[in-house]
Amino acid sequence: MTEAVEFKVVRFDPAADAEPREVSYEVRAGERDRVLDGLNYVKWHLDGTLAYRRSCAHGVCGSDAVVINGTVGLACKKLICDLEAPIVVGALATFAVIKDLVVDLEPFFAAVRRVRPWLEAGEAIPEREFLQPPAELEAFMDGTKCILCASCVAACPVVRRGTPYIGPAAVVQGHRFINDSRDVDGETRLRLLAAPDGANACENFFECTRVCPRGILVTKRINEIKSMLAAGGYVKGDDADG
Amino acid sequence: MAPKELEHDAVIVGAGGAGLFAALELGRAGVKAAVISKLYPVRSHTGAAQGGICAALGNREPDEPLWHMFDTVKGSDYLADQDAVKIMCDEAPGVVFDLEHMGVPFNRTDDGKIDQRPFGGHTRNFGEAPVRRACYAADRTGAMILHTLYQQCLRAGIEFYDEVFVTDLLFDGERAAGVVAFNQRGGDLHVFRAKAVALATGGWGRVFRVTSNAHASTGDGAALALRAGLPLQDMEFYQFHPTGLLGLGILVSEAARGEGGILRNDGGERFMEKYAPRLLDLAPRDMVSRAVYQEIKAGRGLGGADYVGLDLTHLDAEVLDEKIPEITDFARVYLGVEPKEEMIPVAPTAHYAMGGVPTTVTGEVTLDEGGTVAPGLYAAGEVACVSVHGANRLGTNSLLDILVFGRRTGRAMAAFARENGRPEIAPEAAEATREAIGRLRRQGGGESAAAVRDEMQAAMDEGVSVFRTAESTARAATKVEELLARYEQVRVSDGSGTFNTELTEALELGNLLALARVTGEAAARRTESRGAHSREDYPERDDDRWFNHSLCYYKEGGLEFKSKPVTVTRFEPKPRTY
Repeated sequence: MTEAVEFKVVRFDPAADAEPREVSYEVRAGERDRVLDGLNYVKWHLDGTLAYRRSCAHGVCGSDAVVINGTVGLACKKLICDLEAPIVVGALATFAVIKDLVVDLEPFFAAVRRVRPWLEAGEAIPEREFLQPPAELEAFMDGTKCILCASCVAACPVVRRGTPYIGPAAVVQGHRFINDSRDVDGETRLRLLAAPDGANACENFFECTRVCPRGILVTKRINEIKSMLAAGGYVKGDDADG
Repeated sequence: MAPKELEHDAVIVGAGGAGLFAALELGRAGVKAAVISKLYPVRSHTGAAQGGICAALGNREPDEPLWHMFDTVKGSDYLADQDAVKIMCDEAPGVVFDLEHMGVPFNRTDDGKIDQRPFGGHTRNFGEAPVRRACYAADRTGAMILHTLYQQCLRAGIEFYDEVFVTDLLFDGERAAGVVAFNQRGGDLHVFRAKAVALATGGWGRVFRVTSNAHASTGDGAALALRAGLPLQDMEFYQFHPTGLLGLGILVSEAARGEGGILRNDGGERFMEKYAPRLLDLAPRDMVSRAVYQEIKAGRGLGGADYVGLDLTHLDAEVLDEKIPEITDFARVYLGVEPKEEMIPVAPTAHYAMGGVPTTVTGEVTLDEGGTVAPGLYAAGEVACVSVHGANRLGTNSLLDILVFGRRTGRAMAAFARENGRPEIAPEAAEATREAIGRLRRQGGGESAAAVRDEMQAAMDEGVSVFRTAESTARAATKVEELLARYEQVRVSDGSGTFNTELTEALELGNLLALARVTGEAAARRTESRGAHSREDYPERDDDRWFNHSLCYYKEGGLEFKSKPVTVTRFEPKPRTY
């Protein structure tokens, strides 16, 4: 039981195109099909040259963030039946397009790496586990849900207008480790996030929170970091070495 | 254009849990290692593991590694090698603590210890009753472990080649010497020279249509090994997880039943009472999958259709929101089902390869039934067959396997790299890959990779699924032979060198077809029922004839099989009831 649905995919081949062009396809879609199934239909039945990233196809690997009818989201988490046709699918905004829906994510991962996104447990490692009662886990758990899909960065109005900003994902990664009771390197990360393009570049548009496919309260976490920066006197300091 | 030549002491293909832990161990040992992955590492399929990783920590009730070992051996239908199982269960607590020290956000008990919950087939005191052995981070345990290992690899300065697809294994005589790969971003070829090479490429669920596996789970490493003349072991044993989301195959973790979920048929009956009176819904997966199929076959699927119900409606809302939030969300997003109010429609989904590249307990690839080692070549994770899962894997033993043996593999590679010089690589090393890619681009047959893949998946779902017969496996094997011939006519229409995913998919299809063929023929050959391999025409386990591993070799266009003895150290085979 399938129905015809019009997909308009923003194509771009760096070897042939001066700029992106919209190409229309008639996709056959079933009632449970997702936008990713529509893209697969195009690739497998209509035009094998279409390029996009995908892997798990159920919203945990973070490969297939794109722009769907103007909104950032994972192609595997948006059902075709919930969208208005024609369904326009384009590459993730704010990133350079490599080909079709594939963008250059290196700047995204570089920004995340800037906050030293790993646990520094220090020298005192217990023989068994660190004791971490549920309330201490709760303090950083939200950030652990991040799958590094870059949706929040692509939706951020501050990033979109070109204002220097490390981006919501990097701040969330910082938040995750700064608030982990096992970590000993929070001060370094707070210093990094105090940079002019750090957490305080956020202007509370809440777009990141709106698009996050993992339901992370991104803006809230960023504001918690802002509060920590203010309370710790980081924002007035000269340590903006990020 | 000449291929780019790169040199490292150790190269790991694949960046899931096994590959990353091996890389981290190499980093800890000060050996120059690189990880090559066709995806960004955090996209790897380890991230889809949900329910937990088991270890006899005894945080919630008394537990012992020996009970864990017994459960694993019995769960394997006695086909697992018991020396390897013992190592895995003994090292499990240490690995879990290691992960915790690296930052994995495990759920906690009130006093801050790692919380533990029950899981299928895990029992106390040699089968008495379910035991709380699974350590977990909500129902995203795999994602938390994958991200944590990646974070620690960044910290350790491990070198990564992301979105680079490996196409060939290189040897210097008998010894592994490196790999050939193409960079998906630029389409250029790379030749990696390394003293030690590890395959950690994961499984091949995409051989089937209904699967919990990622699109990327195409068995690239296993197919590379087979083509290089190395054996694949126990390929007839493929696990079907009993609870895939209806139609989509998306995994609904056994944790749902660990937290109290119940499988029901059309009459609302808790049907596992008939099949496993003691462990009920927490029986091992092979048994639960067969039970689901039998209920469906008897017309007792929901509404008479081909699925049953997973009932979570009696659980506290808090449990759904905090212990299994991901699968609750999957049911809502993909099926519009609210698990707090209605049953989740589920059916078996192709999930995990028990078989793979045979290895020693330190990850060295073995060549024959005597355990002769291929120097410098390693395998770990789902691609490998140690064998700790035998004929059926217990839930939460996959994360444990990939991490225990990933870590051991890294350590063994570090020692090998320190003790050996650099291997030689032939100047024309990349030619086979260049020709294979050229052929796919030039071929004129006009066959479509998508169509061939689709037919392969349909044939495997139909013939080599939860239940098999001589006839069903023969039908699948014949179809796969036909598709292998048609694959020679597949043409890639995209001539681009930049992100030519049509080319990647065509190469992946070649790998899948090779593994489909081995799986089908291995299933046809084993005329008994053991673990996940259920022959309707041979319903009994036959220890006299089949208490052995199978080894499959690719030779001159055909497949050759051999048998390999099972290592028994403690538990003699017994009838398997739960």
